[in-house]
Amino acid sequence: MVTTVTSLGRSGLSDWMIQRVSAWVMTAYLVFIVGYFFANPNLDYAQWSELNSSLPMRMFSLITILSIAAHAWIGLWCVLTDYITVRLIGPKATAIRIFFQLGMIAASLLYVVWAIDILWGI
Amino acid sequence: MLNVSIYRYNPEIDSEPYMQDFKVDTQGKDVMVLDVLEKLKTEDPTLSFRRSCREGVCGSDGVNISGKNGLACITPLSEAVKGNKLIIRPLPGLPVIRDLVIDMSQFYAQYEKIQPYMINNTPAPAIERLQSQEERAKLDGLYECILCACCSTACPSFWWNPDKFIGPSGLLQAYRFLADSRDTATEERLANLDDPFSVFRCHGIMNCVQVCPKGLNPTKAIGHIRSMLIRSAT
Repeated sequence: MVTTVTSLGRSGLSDWMIQRVSAWVMTAYLVFIVGYFFANPNLDYAQWSELNSSLPMRMFSLITILSIAAHAWIGLWCVLTDYITVRLIGPKATAIRIFFQLGMIAASLLYVVWAIDILWGI
Repeated sequence: MLNVSIYRYNPEIDSEPYMQDFKVDTQGKDVMVLDVLEKLKTEDPTLSFRRSCREGVCGSDGVNISGKNGLACITPLSEAVKGNKLIIRPLPGLPVIRDLVIDMSQFYAQYEKIQPYMINNTPAPAIERLQSQEERAKLDGLYECILCACCSTACPSFWWNPDKFIGPSGLLQAYRFLADSRDTATEERLANLDDPFSVFRCHGIMNCVQVCPKGLNPTKAIGHIRSMLIRSAT
């Protein structure tokens, strides 16, 4: 058992499941948005604004934003723990990795808060 | 004449590794890569490599042959030679001790982690712990692993985290004991694997399946472990 403190779910199975579920949510959102564009070729701002100000659409968008943030957290955490290691780049790796991990986590959270502000500000 | 290029490194003499070129007369025969190495060793006794059974059972002569990991003793030249050239390097990702001999401590440390032995604390029966034919059949494709390390050293996840990721070989063996009806430590074994590295660093690229000289499928075994973890945790 390897202990981790900066991974999203702390458990491999939890991260794995979040990664899969979030991928499905993002796919569903993409399919919906692309389908909506095709179904409404003459889309104008009023119709687009009405769609995005409805509560179900806001919730769908927010869940997708949360999925993107979680997916990015898990994926980037994997990349950082693969390539920024003491074994590969020397003893400074731990400090550099923590810096990037915390930066990545902060950026994800900031984007989520910003997205909420946008969604509920329409 | 076959052109052979071999990775050479003797840390007591060489400041860095280099590739040494040889010419070998195979008399047109489709011999094994190990035969070529043996012939070269008679000419240059300093050439170092591991070998023992020379029939794909002991797993000691795993090397990287023209870019693909495999056992030198059961890889014929017809599979390994490209453009009349044979390139032999040590298995990648682990420290080189000398020439084609690698330090496999990290590989064995991961194997040790999965407790590769039967755990059963119930009183032993008078003769033996019996299995049905179906239960025994579940071990097929698992017990045959010879620990040659061809799979784990072909896996990028093992290259980057050999101290944390168990690797395909160790995980195949982990599932061998998880699947054994006589083993009673299933929950304990699963609990030891549920972290982001031990099992889940496998991204399913299947290099292990491509190179396994015994034709085994570690990726499938890892999938079974994942399913067992899901069943146990949901």
